[in-house]
Parts: sequence; structure tokens; C-alpha cells
Amino acid sequence: MKTPFFKAALSIVRKDFLAELRSRELVGAMGLFVLLSVLVFSFALELNRQARAETVGGVLWVTVVFASILGLNRSMAMEREQGNFEALLIAPIDRAALYVGKLIGNYVFTVAVSLPLLVVMTVLYNVAVITPEVIGVLLLGAFGMTVVGTLLAAMTVQTRAREALLPIIMLPIVLPVLLAAVRATNAILSRAPLAQWSDWLLILVVLAVIYLVMCLLTFGFIVEE
Amino acid sequence: MTDTALITIRKLVKTYGALPVLRSIDLDITRGESVALLGANGSGKSTLLRLVAGLSKATSGEIRVGGWELPREAHAIRAQIGLVAHRTLIYDNLTARENLRFFGRLYSLQDIDARIERGLARVGLAKRGGDVVRTFSRGMQQRLAIARALLHDPAVLLLDEPYTGLDVSAAEILDDLVLHSHTEGRTILLITHELERAARLAGRVIILSKGKVGYDGATPDDLPARYRQIVGTVSAG
Repeated sequence: MKTPFFKAALSIVRKDFLAELRSRELVGAMGLFVLLSVLVFSFALELNRQARAETVGGVLWVTVVFASILGLNRSMAMEREQGNFEALLIAPIDRAALYVGKLIGNYVFTVAVSLPLLVVMTVLYNVAVITPEVIGVLLLGAFGMTVVGTLLAAMTVQTRAREALLPIIMLPIVLPVLLAAVRATNAILSRAPLAQWSDWLLILVVLAVIYLVMCLLTFGFIVEE
Repeated sequence: MTDTALITIRKLVKTYGALPVLRSIDLDITRGESVALLGANGSGKSTLLRLVAGLSKATSGEIRVGGWELPREAHAIRAQIGLVAHRTLIYDNLTARENLRFFGRLYSLQDIDARIERGLARVGLAKRGGDVVRTFSRGMQQRLAIARALLHDPAVLLLDEPYTGLDVSAAEILDDLVLHSHTEGRTILLITHELERAARLAGRVIILSKGKVGYDGATPDDLPARYRQIVGTVSAG
């Protein structure tokens, strides 16, 4: 009677990709935001080489977190516009499958915008940002943020001030992820040994797991009313 | 619960904070019945429909659909319900076929393609199945919404003010689809503010007033007068 969990989740992912492929609203808006943000930071912070290396982690993550908020708002707005979220809620699927489906889509869109950001930052900041370690931290940090953001976007999408509300609620909750990701990125860029930033990496993993479990357990209650 | 009751509601109460919206509702809706749910704005019609659809949780009381109980057996009930609302519940960036295929997968349907083609033909959109929904008129979108709601062949069709924003001809097409759906044996629960339409489509009328059932019975010949007596005003429709 109930649609299998991963079949339902993957159907939602496929639908999100198809809609995005057709409209390019989400990645387009996020991409443009990322580009403009990095340019503004680059002109605003006219720093020497050493100072640039020290700030690049912060610039990268502030840009990623705001781009992800923009994408999350848009992704959930798509579900709200024609009342589609109700059509999803009335389908015989697990609420958690709905969450996982939206999460995967949001995560892929965030990563799809964040990876080219590394290239742009390498050019503008003249710092070698594209390393396997930075990419690893980016994938992990973006996951932690998207896990929380998907839940909160589902909650705030039903409110009138959703676009303002999501960052207000989300930023304090993802602050530990942001902090760990910035510290790990800065340590990697300053060529510190793994031992010096492995704790931050561990914190990112632990936070992602804790947030994911909590979100899976609470999503059903949040979307119920 | 009567032997043939498909939807059974007992002592249903719904409050939002301290505000009571439904006050101890008792209803039995028989399989194959066509019921119009009437009442003024804020009388609790949409809340009742949302509760039956499992979109909202009752404060107290019992709802059973097809013998299954909400919210414990919500998945089984959801598979039995099709919902058409004033909003279309479809994705306007996808084509009509892509929309139906998506919902078909969510309901884990077999032979999805055949169902999609049958559904599109039923609502007269077979030739526009490959077109993106945002290019459709409001009436066409609402017809597609009916195709979506019926794709999994539900026993119950819930219609929450589906005529909002439709012109006369689009509303008449929707009327035909609702009537046809009823002749196929489906139980119809329709919310509308149009008394004339309610009288035409429904064999039974339930009038809600201030969260209580003010009238429940066969559609009376003097529906506007009965409605006025219970609710106080006659709807503009």
C-alpha cells in the first residue's frame, strides 16, 4: 500500500531535477548570487596575499550558506505555489521519504553551485582553493547545512515572511557547521597538517549525522499541520 | 458505522489553539454517495475535508475511511483518496505527462503510461500531454488536476472549491468530469459556495454552521431557503 521509501524519495529527486532543467530558476539564481557575492567581497576586501589566504575560507562559506538559503527558499516555494506540497503529503509515502527526496535535490543544487565557486575564488583571490581536502570539507559542510535547511524551509514555507524567516532561524542552528567548515578550510589553505584540522572534520561528520537523525524524526510532525 | 459507510466520523473535534473549528461532528458517508459540504466561510468545511484527507490531525474523535482509521492507518487511506482543490497541486514547470508520471510513481502504480493516456483522454488533454503546464489555461490546469486526482483510481474524490477562478465553460466541463467520476462509483465530497451547482451535483447536502452540522440529508428542493435558515445568508453563487 505504501510506496517504498527510496522509490518515493528518488521520484521527488527526479521531479526536482526535471523542473530545474526546464526552468533553471534555482541554480541560475544561486549561481548569479554566488558570483556577485564573491566579486563584492573581492573588491571590498582589498587584501594582501597573506590576508587573502586567511579570509578566503570565511568568504567561501558565507557565500555558500547564503546561496543555499536562496536555493532552499526557491525549492520550497516551488512546492507551495500551486499547493503541491499538499499533493505530496496526501500521497501514500513516508514523510521521511519526502524529506530525503527534497534534501538530495537541495544538496545537489548547492554543490552544483559551490564547486564552480572554488574556480572563481581561485582566480579572484589567487589562492589555490581547488584541492581534494577543500572539496571534501565543502561536500560535508554543505550537507550539514542542507540537512537543517531542508527541514526549516519546509517549516517556514507555510509562513508569510518565509524569505526573511528562513535565514533568521537557520543561521543560528547551522553556526556550528559554519564554524567547523571555516576553521577546517582555513587550516587546509594554510597547509596545516591533517592532525590540526581533523577534529573540525570530525565535528562536521558528527553534526551532519545528529542533524540528519533529528530532521528525519521531526519532519513528519513539522509538516503535519 | 453502517454496513455500507465508506467514511465514518465520530465525535470529531478540531481546535486551533483555543478556537474551536469543528465541534463534535458525527457523519456516515456511504460508498458511491455524492455529498456537497456547504457553509459560510469559517464554518469548518475545509478543515473537515483536510482531516478526512489526513492533511491535518483531529484534536479528538475518530475518522475511518474504508475501515482504516486515521492517523494510524493514514497510508492506506491516502491511497484511497483523490484531492482536487482550488489550487491545482501540479507543477507548472513540468508537462502534463511528466506531472502525472511523477504522481503515478508516488502512488507506486503499475502500467503508469497507460493510466496517463487514459487520464489525459478522459479530461480532453490528450493532445496537450507533452506541453508544459504553465502554458495551459486555468480551466485546462484544473482538468489536469482532476486527471491527477483520479490517476490512482481512488474510492473517494475530495473537491475543495475546485470551481474557483473557472469561467462558465470550464466549470461545465468540470461538472461533467465530477458527474462522470460519480457514475464510476466514486464517493464524492464537494465543497462549494454555489448552491445551484451543489444541488445539481450532489444527492446529499451537509450544511455546517459554526463547526456543527446544521443540516444533513437529501438535497432539498428549497436548498437556498434551507441554507439561509441555517447559515443566515445565501451565497453569491
